[in-house]
Amino acid sequence: MNNLQVPAWGIWVMLAGLMVFIVLLVVYFKRNHGLKRPIFASPYTLWMVVFTIVPCLLIGYYAFTDINGAFTLDNFKNFWDSNYDMNKELIAMGFNPADMGFSRGTVNVDTLVYSLWMAFLCTVICLILGYPAAHIMADREFKLGPTLVILFVIPMWMNFLLRTIAWMSLLEDNGLINSLLEWLGFGKVQLMYNSGAVLLGMVYNYLPFMVFPIYNVLNKMDYKLSEAAMDLGCDKWKTFYKVTLPLSLPGVVSGITMVFMPAVTTFFIPRMLGGGNTEMFGDLIERTFLTANNWNVGSALSMIMMVLILLSLGLLRKVDPEGEGGSMI
Amino acid sequence: MEEQRLITLENISKAYDGVTVLSNINLYIRKKEFVTLLGPSGCGKTTTLRIIGGFETADSGRVMFDGKDISALPPYKRRVNTVFQKYALFPHLNVKDNIAFGLKLKKTPKDEIDKKVDKMLDLVNLSGYGKRSVDSLSGGQQQRIAIARALVNEPEVLLLDEPLGALDLKLRKEMQLEIKDMQQRLGITFLYVTHDQEEALTMSDTIVVMRGGHILQIGTPKSIYDEPKNAFVANFIGESNIFPGTMVRDELVHFCGADFPCVDAGFGDDAPVDVVVRPEDVLLVGEDVGQVTGTIRSVLFKGVHYEMMIDAGHSTWKVHSTSMQPVGSRVGLSVVPFNIHIMNPMKEEKAE
Repeated sequence: MNNLQVPAWGIWVMLAGLMVFIVLLVVYFKRNHGLKRPIFASPYTLWMVVFTIVPCLLIGYYAFTDINGAFTLDNFKNFWDSNYDMNKELIAMGFNPADMGFSRGTVNVDTLVYSLWMAFLCTVICLILGYPAAHIMADREFKLGPTLVILFVIPMWMNFLLRTIAWMSLLEDNGLINSLLEWLGFGKVQLMYNSGAVLLGMVYNYLPFMVFPIYNVLNKMDYKLSEAAMDLGCDKWKTFYKVTLPLSLPGVVSGITMVFMPAVTTFFIPRMLGGGNTEMFGDLIERTFLTANNWNVGSALSMIMMVLILLSLGLLRKVDPEGEGGSMI
Repeated sequence: MEEQRLITLENISKAYDGVTVLSNINLYIRKKEFVTLLGPSGCGKTTTLRIIGGFETADSGRVMFDGKDISALPPYKRRVNTVFQKYALFPHLNVKDNIAFGLKLKKTPKDEIDKKVDKMLDLVNLSGYGKRSVDSLSGGQQQRIAIARALVNEPEVLLLDEPLGALDLKLRKEMQLEIKDMQQRLGITFLYVTHDQEEALTMSDTIVVMRGGHILQIGTPKSIYDEPKNAFVANFIGESNIFPGTMVRDELVHFCGADFPCVDAGFGDDAPVDVVVRPEDVLLVGEDVGQVTGTIRSVLFKGVHYEMMIDAGHSTWKVHSTSMQPVGSRVGLSVVPFNIHIMNPMKEEKAE
């Protein structure tokens, strides 16, 4: 297959994009009398163009073309009906797929729904675990707060693949937990290769992304506000839900987005901890690209994912316009 | 008056990580009194206020309120309200909801809340601001809302923690008068914390001068200004000339190379003392009739008066006078006995 080759007109599109960018840059320079901030921003802008904008254009190109580079919407139909290509061939050969017992293939849609569901569960669990953790860490009275923050950060310095594999050695049939259970006289338990294990891995990986935006907002909050609430008649709980909670909502929204977005696109974790039983959308995209070697359908799937992410980003901007929640990571 | 002690602090001590911030504070506050805790930063005045408000607990000692020990009560069970240093208004609520915060917690009926909030907005001269967001207000307006939010709960004592610290000078002076006026109209006890001596002198019935966790002097503004107990108080409250001296005998003190008749007695003959003379109490007279003579070193125009620094022997006098003498001229200085204040020399505080 010659999927790796970009057709001539695709290159022209990219070059045109680059030219537009350069023209914009020149105009901007002229307006600012030459020597201003854009100079310092240019390395980053170049980086953005090469590694963000160009790949996005490429994905867009692949998503709307077939193997021969002709415009088509079939890739998106493929998302809705994973048997679409096969059925099309059958029809071309004069069969009716319905007669042969082939109906709409729901694998792709099901995987997306499963991913959304898993991401939703992961976000809820992260919120339930993360908010109290952030609250404790931001508590002025709690002297170990800063230490806890560091303890939360340190695992993030490790590669997430490594962390996930570490969980495997804990959860395996002959892993640490099962050995312990056996030694204590309980039987072995099947811990891995199910949705629960995948969820555990996801929560473990994404929890800091929930904790830190909330911690950031709580930490910056003037403690005098809680004192004022107490002064005016609030006990501890009322202070929390009348003052602390409403003021920390931007952090919560930020945390939800920062967990939900990567959680939907999770890959590798389901493959490692879920075995072959659980596939999420990220894995599906990867498989479509690398195993099925179908860059066009893979790009279409990626675009659907991207639209979902952009929508949630837009939601975030609405609730937390300054983006202060996410400023820590 | 004496019997109506509303708040009494008994032997209050407090330390943070082994550093003493309050040592053995005893203080009472009468009903309807305007009491100011005055001192430099770190003197323990804010900690004292926070202990009364319930935000800190003392390591030892008791806080009595209306005859009952409230040391262990949390802030929301105390009949006091606080105006915080940086206002601490709730940014997620508008002006009206900020003021109504305490009333809503008490389940006050809605129409009564509306009435009380309007009355408070009226009191702080911000009628019609109820729907505004807190962030849209200026510092002075936020300050007024903070006061309204506390007063609407009809506390028996209002605690104010340097409430005017963030305002500019002109606004601060206006607010001083307004706060004093409010206190007199409402008949509520005010406990006010500040490091600004002028603020304290303007507003208070009673000033409590603090330093290093100790109370140095308690008294009316006038008595503290006129009869400072030691050099620190004299220096902190208003401007002063402070000279080391010796009591020759009762009613005669020797300082700056001359004997001055005074009205103080009981220090003992030849006892070392500190002598305080306020700059406005020094009289400029002819060189031949002055108790000491000196040369004018500098003259500053201060508006109402001139401030002159005068070298007399080994000491320098600061003198305020409405008549100006040219730099370099020789003058005589004289002080009437009543304006010479004798104090015991200050021993360094052990707590520091």
